[in-house]
Amino acid sequence: MENAFTIAAYVVAGILFILSLGGLSGQESAKRAVWYGIAGMAIAVLATIFGPGSGLWPVSVVMIALGAAVGYQLATKVEMTQMPELVAIMHSLVGLAAVFVGFNADLMINYIGGIYEAEGLVMGAVGEDGVKAVGLSKEVYDGLSTFGQLIAKKSSVEIGILRVELVLGIWIGAVTFTGSVIAYAKLAGGSSLLPFKIDTGAKKLPGGHMLNAGAAALSVLLLVLYLSGSGSWALVLLTLAGLFIGYHLIMGIGGADMPVVVSMLNSYSGWAAAAIGFSLGNDLLIVVGALVGSSGAILSYIMCKAMNRSFVSVILGGFGGPAGEQMAVEGEQIAIEADGVAAALNDADSVIIIPGYGMAVAQAQQAVSELVKKLRAKGKNVRFAIHPVAGRLPGHMNVLLAEARVPYDIVMEMDEINEDFPDTDVAIVIGSNDIVNPAAQEDPNSPIAGMPVLECWKAKQVFVSKRGQGTGYSGIENPLFFKDNTRMFYGDAKASLDKLLPMID
Amino acid sequence: MKIGTPKEVFEGERRVAMTPDSALQLQKLGHECLIESGAGAASGFDDASYTAAGVEVVKTAAALWKAADVVAKVRVPDASEMKKLREGQTLISFFSPVADEAKMQAAAKKGATVVAMEMIPRISRAQKMDALSSMANIAGYRAVIEAGNNFGRFFTGQITAAGKVPPAKVLVVGAGVAGLAAIGTSTSLGAITLAFDVRPEVAEQVESMGAEFVYLDFEEEQQDGAATGGYASVSSPEFREAQLAKFRELAPDVDIVITTALIPNREAPEIWTADMVAAMKPGSVIVDLAAEKGGNCKQTVMDQKIVTENGVTIVGYTDFPSRMGTQASTLYSTNIRHLLTDLTPEKDGVINHNMEDDVIRGATIAHASEVTFPPPPPKVAAIAAAPKKPAAKELTAEEKRAAELAAFKAQTKNQVTLLAVGGALLLAVGLVAPASFMQHFIVFVLSVFIGFQVIWGVAHSLHTPLMAITNAISSIIILGALMQIGSGSGLVVVLAALSVFMCGINIFGGFLVTRRMLAMFQKS
Repeated sequence: MENAFTIAAYVVAGILFILSLGGLSGQESAKRAVWYGIAGMAIAVLATIFGPGSGLWPVSVVMIALGAAVGYQLATKVEMTQMPELVAIMHSLVGLAAVFVGFNADLMINYIGGIYEAEGLVMGAVGEDGVKAVGLSKEVYDGLSTFGQLIAKKSSVEIGILRVELVLGIWIGAVTFTGSVIAYAKLAGGSSLLPFKIDTGAKKLPGGHMLNAGAAALSVLLLVLYLSGSGSWALVLLTLAGLFIGYHLIMGIGGADMPVVVSMLNSYSGWAAAAIGFSLGNDLLIVVGALVGSSGAILSYIMCKAMNRSFVSVILGGFGGPAGEQMAVEGEQIAIEADGVAAALNDADSVIIIPGYGMAVAQAQQAVSELVKKLRAKGKNVRFAIHPVAGRLPGHMNVLLAEARVPYDIVMEMDEINEDFPDTDVAIVIGSNDIVNPAAQEDPNSPIAGMPVLECWKAKQVFVSKRGQGTGYSGIENPLFFKDNTRMFYGDAKASLDKLLPMID
Repeated sequence: MKIGTPKEVFEGERRVAMTPDSALQLQKLGHECLIESGAGAASGFDDASYTAAGVEVVKTAAALWKAADVVAKVRVPDASEMKKLREGQTLISFFSPVADEAKMQAAAKKGATVVAMEMIPRISRAQKMDALSSMANIAGYRAVIEAGNNFGRFFTGQITAAGKVPPAKVLVVGAGVAGLAAIGTSTSLGAITLAFDVRPEVAEQVESMGAEFVYLDFEEEQQDGAATGGYASVSSPEFREAQLAKFRELAPDVDIVITTALIPNREAPEIWTADMVAAMKPGSVIVDLAAEKGGNCKQTVMDQKIVTENGVTIVGYTDFPSRMGTQASTLYSTNIRHLLTDLTPEKDGVINHNMEDDVIRGATIAHASEVTFPPPPPKVAAIAAAPKKPAAKELTAEEKRAAELAAFKAQTKNQVTLLAVGGALLLAVGLVAPASFMQHFIVFVLSVFIGFQVIWGVAHSLHTPLMAITNAISSIIILGALMQIGSGSGLVVVLAALSVFMCGINIFGGFLVTRRMLAMFQKS
């Protein structure tokens, strides 16, 4: 372990990882950035496998190869609409790996403890200088693995800290694991590969947040027990408590809040890695864990801000109750057929398209791309407006549009495009609802009051492609659908667009 | 259904309601097309070209009226044609429910359905069927051409070896469809073009066409054009006076005046008075597009061109679209074709006369043996009402600076508080924790710091790739498993091997999928 060359490799890997994340600031540099990441990972793994102190490397290589085969299958088969599911299930793997590694660390501590006992010594006993631990004899010490040597050198205080760290790693890993599995099941819905199916609604066991709080309190109690030397059973129970919290926490969060959940789990998987890094004394794990953890935290923050909700209220699930009577919506929803939309599009000079999760569900991104191509060929100014929480994953819409070969320079963020709506002839809303709800600005009693929304109703004409008259995930009535300049283009988004396409001439 | 177009019987009418092109489109809707022999001749479409388009050429009008389920024509039917109209037949033509009320009643009594092209509501969806607009467009263009024909000079100014030619000055009154077409034609011929309209909101359109809008010094809240379906309404006497005074001032200057002022269902307002005509230079031309409704100039003689005593030519033709038969027929037949598309929603050749549809309901004046005029008001306003904006409160420079200063102070306070709390916490940890822990802890804190700095720079559009790549690199936990795999008992090896396997999935899956996504992002 204490090999200077391995550490040097870790430094290089760490820098490459930082560059890799930093490179994602632009589409072009991102293509380079992913190679930095791959190079960093390759360096780190190779340095560890072939560095000192890691035995059984053939097993490692075989396992990595197996993992690579599965990962390759996953990565090449996945539809872009299924990205949220893929990301969620991958988080669960990181979580589970953290649990396993943590348990291994505990087993190692016990094992080293056993050796100390066999030698007639006390593990972690402090020598006369008050700092340095009394070590094992040189022959025994040299016979240990790197990690074993690391533990063997620690004083009792350090071993205590080590235990706290590995408990944290295991606990966060457990929460991440079940949380991600539940998130996956919710996102995948009917196409979930798991033996059980979960619908996207928010569900809680009786007792609600008290159960979570209880489980958390139990975890602290178990931590104390474990530290005072109760043995590994406390650790097992603690893991179960973590698994339960992960399950129950995510079960209580509805489908519309999934972007926050997925980024939060992303963050947790990072913190779990960092905690494990502490317990293993591996700086690269700490660095990467901290990078990933802060990345997920920032994403969660951005998502929450885009919904004008506090992180806590999202995690605790459900919208806060409305502050008072909501404004009644007046008027009627006026339907329109494809030819009407086509006529308006043919006349329009500037068009803004606002995609949402409905577009992903209907797999309509190719049709949207075709439409954009046709309109742009006629010299019209066509752009996309993307709300930060559109879809089920941060940036989900961008990826879908990119897959459908929509050039990224016409895909705009909310802040870039919101003030252009008054100069726009036609705004098309495809499968989004809450993110274009004017009630957020007009009705102080609305549950989403104050949430930043795309002000598409300021365009001269708005077409809303929507399956039926129902409300969205949040169940909030949308006054946009009743506005004078809004026309409802009912039907499955893909079918509607396919009908519309030949009429654009 | 059989759709038939007879030859127009009105003297001098060159237009035809079906062209070979439109017939092809109609056949795509599942209809059969009939045409009376020679119907398209005056517009340049001979019988052979119709036959080539799959249209059945019928010898006589009587046979056509008998065979067709839908008769599409241009002018309102005359007495003889009204006789041929039969029960269950649909007639599509220009048909003024006010001027031709007797014919409307007669058609309803017979049980025929009449769709009047004048009555197509002015909503965006119906623009493609709006024959009034397409004809007005032609009239506006032709008005300028007629004016040029009767005007002895160039439109554009030139400096030639033979001397300097001043540009013609054209005034277009009324910036509706015809007016705007006239403005466009006139400016593209190079004339200095002035335009006036009682609706000040069209000034922008006028200016976008390259003409100069004539503003009046008149303070009055004009009625919003949106309330009247986009048409001009009657203005107050004071406003009219101000308008006439402005014209009087312009009259000696302008060479060509094109008047297009019409108010629906009213006689044309007089806007170019006798004294203005008298004030114009000899050789000037007035084209009065309102001649049919009595003319904007009282000296106009309908369907004639006259020259006044002071040498001003006044053109009062009413058949401008017909004078451009080919163009007018192409546009009109397309309007008809769009209307029939709406009437045949299933594209199966069966007419579904849906009286719930705003457009169809509005244009139908006789249906199922009843007169269905006037229609109920449409559900949709033609044009969005002009928004009445409250002026945003302008902040003064001092207020702005004060606000900025306050924001800066609050930010500083926030940051300092955060730093102080964070620093205190770190120091507290340092007091109790052993040095070996602190070594790793400093790495951790700095990494979180770097993470925050770096991640804020990530483009929003790349958030999904960011999640995938962080997923891949968080599998760095594989290092832990790799280090443990070689040490200790069997259980440790199994758990570590499983961890390596799962991390392997993540590493390869995560990086590959990130690459897949990033490769898709491309510039236009």
